[in-house]
Amino acid sequence: MSLRRPAKNQPESFEFSPSSLEAANSIVAKYPKGKQQSAVMALLYIAQRQNNNWIPLAAMKFIAKFLDMPYIKVYEVATFYTMYNLSPVGEYFVQVCTTTPCMIRGANKLVEACKEKISENENELSKNKSCSWMEVECLGACVNAPMMQINDDYFEDLNKEKTLKILDKILNGEAPTPGSYRGRVNNEPENNRKTLMDFKNA
Amino acid sequence: MLKDQDRIFQNLYNDMGSDVTSAQKRGDWVKTKEITDKGRDWIINEIKDSQLRGRGGAGFPTGLKWSFAPKEVGSRPHYLVINGDESEPGTCKDRDILRFEPHKLIEGCLIASYAVQAHVCYIYIRGEYFVDGQKLQRAIDEAYEKNLLGKNAAGTGWDLDIYIHYGAGAYICGEETALLESIEGKKGQPRLKPPFPALIGLYGCPTIINNVETIAVVPTILRRGGKWFASLGREKNTGTKIFCVSGNVNTPCNVEEEMSIPLKELIEVHAGGVIGGWDNLQAVIPGGSSMPLIPKDKCETLTMDFDSLMAEKSGLGTAGIVVINKDQDIIKCMARIARFYKHESCGQCTPCREGSGWMWRMLERMARGEASQDEVDMLGDVTKQIEGHTICAFGEGSSWPVQGLLRHFSKEIKKRNKFDPIVKEKKNIPYLVDQHLLDKNA
Repeated sequence: MSLRRPAKNQPESFEFSPSSLEAANSIVAKYPKGKQQSAVMALLYIAQRQNNNWIPLAAMKFIAKFLDMPYIKVYEVATFYTMYNLSPVGEYFVQVCTTTPCMIRGANKLVEACKEKISENENELSKNKSCSWMEVECLGACVNAPMMQINDDYFEDLNKEKTLKILDKILNGEAPTPGSYRGRVNNEPENNRKTLMDFKNA
Repeated sequence: MLKDQDRIFQNLYNDMGSDVTSAQKRGDWVKTKEITDKGRDWIINEIKDSQLRGRGGAGFPTGLKWSFAPKEVGSRPHYLVINGDESEPGTCKDRDILRFEPHKLIEGCLIASYAVQAHVCYIYIRGEYFVDGQKLQRAIDEAYEKNLLGKNAAGTGWDLDIYIHYGAGAYICGEETALLESIEGKKGQPRLKPPFPALIGLYGCPTIINNVETIAVVPTILRRGGKWFASLGREKNTGTKIFCVSGNVNTPCNVEEEMSIPLKELIEVHAGGVIGGWDNLQAVIPGGSSMPLIPKDKCETLTMDFDSLMAEKSGLGTAGIVVINKDQDIIKCMARIARFYKHESCGQCTPCREGSGWMWRMLERMARGEASQDEVDMLGDVTKQIEGHTICAFGEGSSWPVQGLLRHFSKEIKKRNKFDPIVKEKKNIPYLVDQHLLDKNA
């Protein structure tokens, strides 16, 4: 499942970069005075982005000080939510949805493709150390099933061949185009649209 | 089929662009001031007349919910919170509103904030929808530039700030009190109710929480009148709804249709029919994974609304329809849903934390045919022990799909599972202590 156990090799210290610091300050400003703890989720996410997609313990300590809250409360949040990676993952982090709506449309083929291309097991770095993959729960793009997420982007309407091609691209360090891989427009019924026709033709 | 001009989300497929200018062309932000000038009571009454029910799953009447907000603002400010933590398997409607109709949502936030006297609105979006959240943020920025938000928003004389708060992959944060905990920077574990959030919610202040779709339809209802909305669908199940049809259909899609539309029409017309033909249909999950499945024979005549699905011991939920055909192993499908709930249980209440894992493991064994016949009843018992014994509705959400399976497919399970734990023959199993009793019987 997710990487909830903190990594063994931890960096000694962590600090926000200037751009992260700016982003963090603008997020704290969203919440009422004295309620800066609300920003902890967003700040953990900023730390994760800054630190190659994972959060070291030092970052949690830094955020606790930054928001003037107990370290354990930050730790609690970081271990509760599954999108925080507490151990290193690949620069390209592939998440394959395998919940029922994707499963019945063949998500297991996507998992096979990941096993062939990236690594035999989940959360293992690929040979060139740039990718890792894992199975996740519903990503909320069920009418585009089966699908997967690579970093922020959704790749939809996949099958095994298309997945293999996408994985080849990221293994070569290229960025594949997100979206539907069957050429359909957003969530409309493919070649079967019966509603809002005036706008389609407009 | 619903007429195109009665569809609220005209840009559901993004034919026209989601920026503020195109949104204004479609009628958003037109004379918002005229609506707010009619006053809070008029707005709430009009929403009550429209009989709009929450689109997030529970189907609570929206007008009634708004009327629970204190009439006078006391020492504590009021908040409006929008629930966009769409994580129910089978559901992907809010995502399309966030990316393609953000201005409907933002205008709805302004009107709703005015109605419940909130000056700050938080929109909670699941962390995975980062790209879609950014699109919403752009729309919010546009609205600030055009003075549609901020001080004296859209000339209504009401000040409103909207902020986005991203989740981080916890299904439970779709539960309203867990969502509040999450905004407060804690783990998303639901609170006991009462007190209800309308009185004690975010930061201990009165808070109204609505789903994205509920708020996004509000401006259109107020423009065209509650009566217009109530004329669609049927009594107490009015208006239009975005249905997500996924699974084993030829053209899975999101489509906005009238409430109470026959399920068969949705599947045959919009979703291009079941793969392998209607006769190949096995079962349908009508409203996101937590709603009990419905077998094929009932799908013929079923209409999609809150009350008629309730009569079938299921529910409309989020209207995420998952079609399962006969090529699929239904027990395996439900075992996967049980695994989802096991993964997503927040761990606060014992029946759910432990029970969701039991259900998953039992169903996995049943899918492999390694369970005994008694275990079918035992599984039913486990679901009953979870249901109603937890702080939030997650307990029901995880046990209902299993109950649905047992209700309609227990024959199938019993046929496959004939494992008998009692050793009837002399097997000389070294660790069987009572071997001597077997020997005597033989």
